[in-house]
Amino acid sequence: MIRAVIVMNTQGKPRLTKFYDFQPPEKQQEMIRKVFGVLCNRPENVSNFIQADDIFGPDCKIVYKHLATLYFIFVFDSSENELAMLDLIQVFVETLDRCFKNVCELDVVFNFNKMHTILNEIILGGQVLETSSEEVMKAIEEISRLEKSTSAVSLIPKAVSGKLGR
Amino acid sequence: MAALVDTLLQRSLDDLIKSLRSQPTLESSIISRSISEIRREIRSTNPLTKSTALQKLSYLSSLHFLDISWSSFHSLELLPSPSFTFKRLAYLSASLSFHPSSDLLLLATNQLRKDLSPSSPSPVISLALDFLSLTASPDLARDLTPEIHSLLSSPNPSIRTKATATALRIFTRYPDSVRVAFKRLVDNIDSSAAIGVFCELSASDPKPYLPLAPDFYRLLVGSKNNWILIKVLKIFARLAPLEPRLARRIVDPVCEHLRRSNAKSLVLECARTVALSLADYDEAVRLVVEKVGEFLASEDDANLRYLGLHVLSMLGPRHSWAVEMNKELVIKSLCDPDANIRREALLLIMEMLFESNVVDISILLVSFASKSMPNPEFCNDILEAVLSACGRNVYELVMDFDWYVGLLGQMSRNPHCAKGDEIERQLVDIGLRVKDVRPELVCIARDLLIDPTLLGNSSIHRILSAAAWVSGEYAEFSRNPLELLEALLQPRTNLLPTSVSAVYIQAVFKVLTFCFCSYFERLESGHMLSSLGNPIAGTGCQEESDASTVVFGKGDNAAVGNLNNTGAIGCKPDSLSGSVNLDEQFTHASVLRMLNLIETAMVPLSNWGVVEIQDRALSVLCLIHMLQRFQVWNRDEEGLRKDGRVSEFANLMAGVFNQELGPVSANSQKRVSVPDGLILKENLADLTAVIGEEVNVSVSASTSFFHRKHHNGETGEETKILTESTSLLSEHRKRHELYYLPAGKDEAQSNDYPPANDPQLPVSQCGASEDLVELDDQPLLSRHRKPTKPRPVVVKLDDVDVRENSAPESTVDLKDDLLSGAVCDVLLGNEDNKPTKTQKKSAKSQRRKKDRPTYVEPASASQLRESGNLVHVELGSSSSKISRHGHSKEKQSSSQGIEDNEDGSQKNLTNSQHHYRKHKHRQDRDALPNLLPQTPVIQDFLL
Repeated sequence: MIRAVIVMNTQGKPRLTKFYDFQPPEKQQEMIRKVFGVLCNRPENVSNFIQADDIFGPDCKIVYKHLATLYFIFVFDSSENELAMLDLIQVFVETLDRCFKNVCELDVVFNFNKMHTILNEIILGGQVLETSSEEVMKAIEEISRLEKSTSAVSLIPKAVSGKLGR
Repeated sequence: MAALVDTLLQRSLDDLIKSLRSQPTLESSIISRSISEIRREIRSTNPLTKSTALQKLSYLSSLHFLDISWSSFHSLELLPSPSFTFKRLAYLSASLSFHPSSDLLLLATNQLRKDLSPSSPSPVISLALDFLSLTASPDLARDLTPEIHSLLSSPNPSIRTKATATALRIFTRYPDSVRVAFKRLVDNIDSSAAIGVFCELSASDPKPYLPLAPDFYRLLVGSKNNWILIKVLKIFARLAPLEPRLARRIVDPVCEHLRRSNAKSLVLECARTVALSLADYDEAVRLVVEKVGEFLASEDDANLRYLGLHVLSMLGPRHSWAVEMNKELVIKSLCDPDANIRREALLLIMEMLFESNVVDISILLVSFASKSMPNPEFCNDILEAVLSACGRNVYELVMDFDWYVGLLGQMSRNPHCAKGDEIERQLVDIGLRVKDVRPELVCIARDLLIDPTLLGNSSIHRILSAAAWVSGEYAEFSRNPLELLEALLQPRTNLLPTSVSAVYIQAVFKVLTFCFCSYFERLESGHMLSSLGNPIAGTGCQEESDASTVVFGKGDNAAVGNLNNTGAIGCKPDSLSGSVNLDEQFTHASVLRMLNLIETAMVPLSNWGVVEIQDRALSVLCLIHMLQRFQVWNRDEEGLRKDGRVSEFANLMAGVFNQELGPVSANSQKRVSVPDGLILKENLADLTAVIGEEVNVSVSASTSFFHRKHHNGETGEETKILTESTSLLSEHRKRHELYYLPAGKDEAQSNDYPPANDPQLPVSQCGASEDLVELDDQPLLSRHRKPTKPRPVVVKLDDVDVRENSAPESTVDLKDDLLSGAVCDVLLGNEDNKPTKTQKKSAKSQRRKKDRPTYVEPASASQLRESGNLVHVELGSSSSKISRHGHSKEKQSSSQGIEDNEDGSQKNLTNSQHHYRKHKHRQDRDALPNLLPQTPVIQDFLL
């Protein structure tokens, strides 16, 4: 299964974290720090896999992709295929790209909730659900539709706060 | 009113993010300020205020790692909101604030049940499933099993998929849920999510999933989805070792995929499956090697090179030719810029190490490590790999120990070497275990000690410590002990840490003792020879002054300073003193000079701040003063020889380090059995009375301990003390027989391992030394070694080997066991028998597993002929109900099987096919008595 999904920037600041096994926050922080310690020492154009038994427990591997200022990191165990995980990162990134039209770090920073929504359509409980970004997009659209239809009740306060907030 | 103000003035998540970004230095104060805001806002009754607060909290928890478990109740409050936006935020923050052992989790049960009902909109169901998959506790899993069960057949494929993924968590948290929901999962077997779940489940215990093999096989042959194929292959890799016929069936489809597929991920998985489970099938292995070759050759893709090496190392040990074929690429990979690839290549090479190539490969690697390493980390990885491979199982790969200690020396000179601890251990260990290598070992140690540049490298101080110990302990093999002493006393030794310095001083002590004793021995023998009229010895004595200038020339010039200049790194001792006869070194003048040298070096150390050093330095000084007290030094050799006290002293000193040290088993203490009636934990309060009485005894006992094993004959006085002490001891023994170890047993036990370096137990003194000599040799012969090769004897300790060999058995934890049991029951149709207690069930399934191995039902023989490949395997179940995914034939055969079994299967044996006869026969004897009470169901393997 997939143990965790982490997106962080090249300074080591996490932008999205999701652990599919419960980890207390301080442990999460430590793991992410260690992962960054490994990643920042790796040159470009080397393989994308790292044996990570010492960080995440026996049999765990990391696959990562470095795109612009972000690292996309999946942690997985022996029940997953390395190259398939690499493809899955691609699916995730493609979906983000469709959602945000040329995704950049700022999109990731300011769309905390949407990132989670997208990820939840791809992976649930550590299991891969969907590998086609088109299908994921459909599900996301359905969710936005539902949000619009049910938020009619609280439309006015939301609009007010939205104005004041910005 | 306050609430309204809060709502109007509340900062949104975007505001929080912006303020965090604008002032990165004030991050922690901004966070703590917003936390206090959030604590106020979160209590608001306005769902908007509450949800915004929760949203900010989720953000801080997820990306700034704050513990927000305190907010879990507030998330619960927002869960029932009709607005999907609020619900989503509530679920997100709940999934971050709850964990499977949270107390409040049960309060969420009802809301989850509502949200999981099929009538909810699918995004709501998705949210609830996600939450459940992350936080399911056993109770929650139990309560919501029916909901998951119904969602597993939802008409919406996306919901079905999500429910499947969640079912995995439900199963592992609450194994009895398998009995309710597993069938639905089997119905969905064509979906990638379900296959993923089977793959997960089979990871811990694959056996219960054997009955599903036909379905998996169908997918393997028919599916076009690479994700499904990958998972199916993973499952088969786990199932195939359990059922040999399965391997035969899947090898063709796997090869087909290997040939046809363009997807690298699928090819990789096929290759892995072959390497793990189909390594017997040459055609498959050849195909894999071909593909791996392609992977390795892909210049532009480091991932493929890495994974290629990975697969190769899985194939490695059994198919060494595969590695041989790609040898060049593998060696080349050692220089790859990618650390992963380098490490994998190293791993692969180390796995290919055999007795025949260990020398070549190790030399290659060590010289590679020393010359071309911009990367100290990998250099140490190499050294570590070589050390652990050669040291494995008490150096079983090493045939030529002279070569190996040389290699250790070479490793020590690697400037990046950080493996000092292990090299130290091995140097000492080899010294103790392998007698034949000691001369070479001392030679290597001398080369290390004499090199002043090495003293500056703190990472190899431990190695120097071992070298000092070795050269002290085995000083008799040294070709030039005087040179060795100078090396041990050179000024740069003050760079050493105190623990190592202490070893150096002790080594000086030993070498000094050795020099003195051998000098004196030479005097004695020289005297005897000259009295016999040997002219050579006579001239040797007379021309003593000449000899001293020749031999000790180097020391004379600059006893210490000289060594700094030599820097004799690669110099073999042969070039320095190889031609010099050892005897000739110990002349009157040279020994005298040696004493002075040591004294000069030791005096400052005797005031050292560390007791370890002070202590040892003082004892060396003490010895020197004792030697100098013999005023005879001023006289000539003749006078020395005649002085009886000197010879007595020499004999005494010779005895001090006479006892050979051996490896000590870590378990030797355990082997001494506690005699009956001895209570080790008893309070020793009454001991003081006993001590007062026994004080004399203990003193003389310690005396006997000091004079262990003299073979040079004791003086009369000493013998007297000895006999006195033994008589006292025997008296003591008579009185306290109870507390003595039985003498006979003692000897029997020490037979198994070389004597530890503890004093002899108070058994009969006379025969002890001979016994020990014998015992010394005993274990050397007992251990297996290859008679064809002239390998030196390596002392091994039985119990250590045993401990190393018996790897801890993998234990399946109770949860897994319960789960497997439940799956077994469901797949084999045992669902009438609903358990009230899971514990009982698990015990039962455990017993069943043990009692009944795979069992071939003879009645199937005729069907086997009809259907070609139909094979029946009984997998253990106590019900006659037929599992639903069975085939029509199964019904027939199962009922037949029951009858057959009840009739007793002896008669079936006659019409069973020849192929199964042997198997069956054995099964009959072993398993039938256990089988008869339970009526088995026969499972089809339509493969």
